[in-house]
Amino acid sequence: MAKSHVTMKINGKTVEALVEPRTLLIHLLRDQLSLTGPHIGCETSHCGACTVDLDGKSVKSCTMFAVQADGADIVTIEGIANPDGTLHALQEGFRQMHGLQCGFCTPGMITRAYRLLQENKNPTEEEIRYGISGNLCRCTGYQNIVKAIQYAAAKLNGVAFQEAAE
Amino acid sequence: MNDMTPTSAERAAKLEGMGCKRKRVEDIRFTQGKGNYIDDIKMPAMLYGEFNRSPYGHARVKKIDTAKAAAVPGVVAVLTAETLKTVNLAWMPTLAGDVQMVLADGYVLFQNQEVAFVIAESREAAADGADLVEVEYEELPVNVDPLKAMAPDAPVIREDLKGKTEGAHGKRKHYNHIFSWQAGDKAAADAAFGKADVTIRELISYPRVHPCPLETCQCVASFDKIKGELTLYGTFQAPHVIRTVGSLISKIPEHKIHVIAPDIGGGFGNKVGAYPGYICSIVASIVTGRPVKWTESRIDNLSTTAFARDFHMDMELACTKDGKILGLRCYTIADHGAFDACANATKWPAGLFSIISGSYDIPAAHCLVDGVYTNKAPGGVAYRCSFRVTEAAYCIERAMDIMAQKLRMDPADFRMKNLIRREQFPYTSAFGWQYDSGDYQTAMNKALEAVDYRKLREQQKQKREAFKRGETRELMGIGVIHFTEIVGAGPSRACDILGIAMFDSAEIRIHPTGSGICRLGTKSQGQGHETTYAQIIATELGLPADNIAVEEGNTDTAPYGLGTYGSRSTPVSGAATAMACRKIKAKAQMIAAYMLEVHDDDLEWDVDRFKVRGNPERFKTMTELAWAAYHEVPPGMEPGLEAVDYYDPPNFTFPYGAYICVIDVDVDTGQVKVRRFYALDDCGTRINPMIIEGQIHGGLTEAFGIAMGQEIHYDDDGNVTTASFQDYFLPTAVETPHWETDWTEVPSPHHPIGAKGVGESPNVGGVPCFSNAVNDAFSFLGSTHIQMPHDNWRVWTAAEKLGLHG
Repeated sequence: MAKSHVTMKINGKTVEALVEPRTLLIHLLRDQLSLTGPHIGCETSHCGACTVDLDGKSVKSCTMFAVQADGADIVTIEGIANPDGTLHALQEGFRQMHGLQCGFCTPGMITRAYRLLQENKNPTEEEIRYGISGNLCRCTGYQNIVKAIQYAAAKLNGVAFQEAAE
Repeated sequence: MNDMTPTSAERAAKLEGMGCKRKRVEDIRFTQGKGNYIDDIKMPAMLYGEFNRSPYGHARVKKIDTAKAAAVPGVVAVLTAETLKTVNLAWMPTLAGDVQMVLADGYVLFQNQEVAFVIAESREAAADGADLVEVEYEELPVNVDPLKAMAPDAPVIREDLKGKTEGAHGKRKHYNHIFSWQAGDKAAADAAFGKADVTIRELISYPRVHPCPLETCQCVASFDKIKGELTLYGTFQAPHVIRTVGSLISKIPEHKIHVIAPDIGGGFGNKVGAYPGYICSIVASIVTGRPVKWTESRIDNLSTTAFARDFHMDMELACTKDGKILGLRCYTIADHGAFDACANATKWPAGLFSIISGSYDIPAAHCLVDGVYTNKAPGGVAYRCSFRVTEAAYCIERAMDIMAQKLRMDPADFRMKNLIRREQFPYTSAFGWQYDSGDYQTAMNKALEAVDYRKLREQQKQKREAFKRGETRELMGIGVIHFTEIVGAGPSRACDILGIAMFDSAEIRIHPTGSGICRLGTKSQGQGHETTYAQIIATELGLPADNIAVEEGNTDTAPYGLGTYGSRSTPVSGAATAMACRKIKAKAQMIAAYMLEVHDDDLEWDVDRFKVRGNPERFKTMTELAWAAYHEVPPGMEPGLEAVDYYDPPNFTFPYGAYICVIDVDVDTGQVKVRRFYALDDCGTRINPMIIEGQIHGGLTEAFGIAMGQEIHYDDDGNVTTASFQDYFLPTAVETPHWETDWTEVPSPHHPIGAKGVGESPNVGGVPCFSNAVNDAFSFLGSTHIQMPHDNWRVWTAAEKLGLHG
C-alpha cells in the first residue's frame, strides 16, 4: 500500500514518518516511534488507554489515522514530566494517592487529567469524575484517581492539598 | 545509649515494613509510561498473528481455503488444524482434564472460535489475510442454555466425546454432561429438611461474566532453531504452569522453554489459562523461524478467552421457626461452554463451591454440581475470586435474605443468630472445611453501628409508607451481608494443578551491603507485589524495604510456583517469603553470636539487629551481618546469605467481611442510585493498608459492574451480543459509587505472619450486597428474588411485574 509522509511535533520534537493511509495514530506512536506509554485497551475508543494530547485536546489515538495527525502538536505520557526532568504534579499525585494498580490505564488517565486541569484549574469531585469518564480503569475503582487529580490541582494552584474527609 | 540513638520504634518506622502505607515501587515507571507490557515488546524480524474466527455458534467445517489469504502481500504463512496436526497440536489438553481444539478441527462449537491463524509482516497484513480465509460451513443446531443441555433431544456439542461414558471426573450422565461433583452429607441434609419448620427454595442464577482486564491476552513466541529453545513472553498469571504445560504439549524439554511474564495490565483470572493464541504463536514461530506476536482484540477477549460464573443454583435452606438454620441443599448446573477449560485445582471440578455454607453455623448440608457443555466459549475462571467462591457466597447470601423474609426477621438479625461464634474457631463446616479464625459478630456489629443500621431500617419503613401514599416513586433498599472466603490454594493434600502441588515459593538473596533480591513463583498483575513482599522482608529481616528488589515472572530465575490467582500470593508466597527470611535470620544469628562471642541463645532480636541479652549496647545489625556473611562466617559455615522456601500451606485461609449497601430505586426508570456502601474486611494481618484499601475499592467496583450490569449474553443462534465495551458494562468514574472501607484484624493462626489475602474479598462480598439491596427494595411487595444483573431495564421490568407502573 502506498505510504504517506507525515510530520508532527511529538513531546516537543519534530518527527517525520511514512505511514499507510490506514495506519492508526496509536500504531504510529507505539510501533514506529517506540512511544509505548499510550496503550491499546479496546480499539473502539471506549477505554481511553490510548489517550494523547493533540493540539490542546484529549484524543483517543486508536480512533484517529496517523495521516489525520499530520501537522499536529502531540503530547504523550512520555512528554508529561516537567522540562527539568522532575515528575509532573499528576505523576506525583497518582503515586502519593495510590491512583494506580496495574498501570495499564495510567498513561491515558494522566494524559487526560493533564488536559482536564488546563480546562478547569480547580475541578470539583463531580467534574473530575465526568472529566475522566472516557477513561476506564479496572483496578482502582477511581476513588484514588480522583484524589490524585485533586492532589495535582492543589499543587499546580500552589495550595495545600486537603484530602476529603471519609 | 545516648539521646541520639533511635528508639526501636523509630528504627522500625524507617524500614517501611508490615503495616506501613508504603508508596508503591511500581508507580515510578508506570506513571511515566515506562512499564513493559507484552505489546511493548518489539523483536527483530517479528511477525504478527491474527485469527480467522467462526461466525457461527455451531457448525460443521466443510472446507477451509487459505489461498487468497496466503496471497496477501506481507502474509508469511497460514495455520489451520491440518497444519497443527503435523505437530500433533490441533487439540490441547485443558487444566480441567478435557481437550480443546486449538484451531477448528471439523467443527466450530462457539462463535468466534479460532479457525485459522494468519502470520504476516504487519498487524494490518495479518488482519487482511484473516479476512480472506475462506471457510465453508454447514450450520448445526445451537444450544446456549445450560438448563436444556441434558435434555434428551439437545444438540450434541462434542461429537468427539459422544460415545464416552467416563469423563475426567467420573461417569457422564448424558452426551453433553461433563462431570458431577458433590460434597456434604445428603442424608443428614435431607433429615434436617424433614424436621424444619420453614424452608425456602429458589433458582439463583449467576450470569456469565468476563474478568475483562484492560490489557487483553497477548504473547510473543520466539523459537531458536539452532538451540532448540523457545522463549515465550506472555500475559501469564502463572508463568511456571505455562512452561510445564507448554513442555508437555510441545514436547520441547522444559529446560529449553523460557517463559517470561513482564508487567501485566490486570488479570482477574483471565490470564491463568492456556489459549489457542499462545499455541498458534509458538507453532508459527517454529514454522517461520521468526518471533511471532499475538495480540488479542477486545472483541476476541470478551468472546473467547475465559468467561466466569454461569452457575445456576437451585438453593434450599431449612430453618426452625425462630430462625436457626438446620440445613442447606443446593443443586447446581454449571455451564462450561464448549470445552471444559475451567481453571480449577484439578481435583475440584466445581472449585471450592462447598464454601456455600458461608459464615453460618449450619449443621447439615449437601451440594451437587453438574457441569455441562453448551455452544459458548470455554473457560470458567475465577474472576477475582478463589475457585467458584463468588458463586457460593452470592448464593448463600441471597438465600439468607429470602429466608429472613419468609421468617419475617430482619436480615441482619437473622445473620447474627446464625453466624459462627468466636469460640467455635477453628470451626469445621458441614462440608468439612476448617475455618481458621474469625470474630464474625464483632465485624457485623461494627458494620451495623457504622451505618446506624436501625435508623436506616426506620427510614426505609417511612419511605415505603410514603411510596404507598403516592408521595414518592422511589424505593429504598438495604443490602447487608456477611461473607467468608476460602483462599490461598492450597494445601497439597487438597490441591494440585495437573498433579503439581499448589505450593508457592520465595528465594531471597541478601547482598554483602545489606540490600537484596527476592524472587517468587507468583506474578503481580497490579497487586503491588514489588512493594508488599519487600515489606514482609523489611519486618522479618530488619532491612529497609527500599533495599529489597522483588522480581517475578521469569521462569529461568524465579523459583517454581503456581502463580497469582485465588488470593493465593499473600497466603502462600507471602508465607514462603517469611519462612525464607527466618532461615536467613537463623544463619545471621549464628554469625552474630560468633562475632559477639556469645552463645546464640544469648542474643535477642530487636527490629534490625541481634543484641546481647542484658547488654543492648553490644549488637550487630542485619546490615553488618550481611557483610560478615561474605567475609567472616564462623569456621565450618558456608559463606553467603540466602535462602529459598517452598511453602505448602497447612490449610486455606478464610478472610471475611461485613458489607452494607444503601440504594434508592426509581421504579419508573429502573435506575438504582447507590447512596452508601460500607465495607468492613478482615484479612488477618495487614501488610500495606494503602494497598489493601485500593484493592477493596477496585474489587467493589468490579462487584458493582457485575451486580448492576455485566453479562456475557448469547442469543438463541449462538451469537454473543455483548462482546465490546459498547455492550459489556464496565463502570466509569461517573457511575462508580463512593466506597467507605473499614477493618478488623484477626490473624490466621496457621500463617507465619497471620495474613489471609484480600484482593478478592470485595468482589465476593460486593456482588451479593448490591443484589440484596436491590432485592430488598422490592421485598415488601412479596418479591423474593430478582436475577442479576440489576441494570435499569431489568429493574424496571421487575417493577412492572410487581404492578408498580399502574
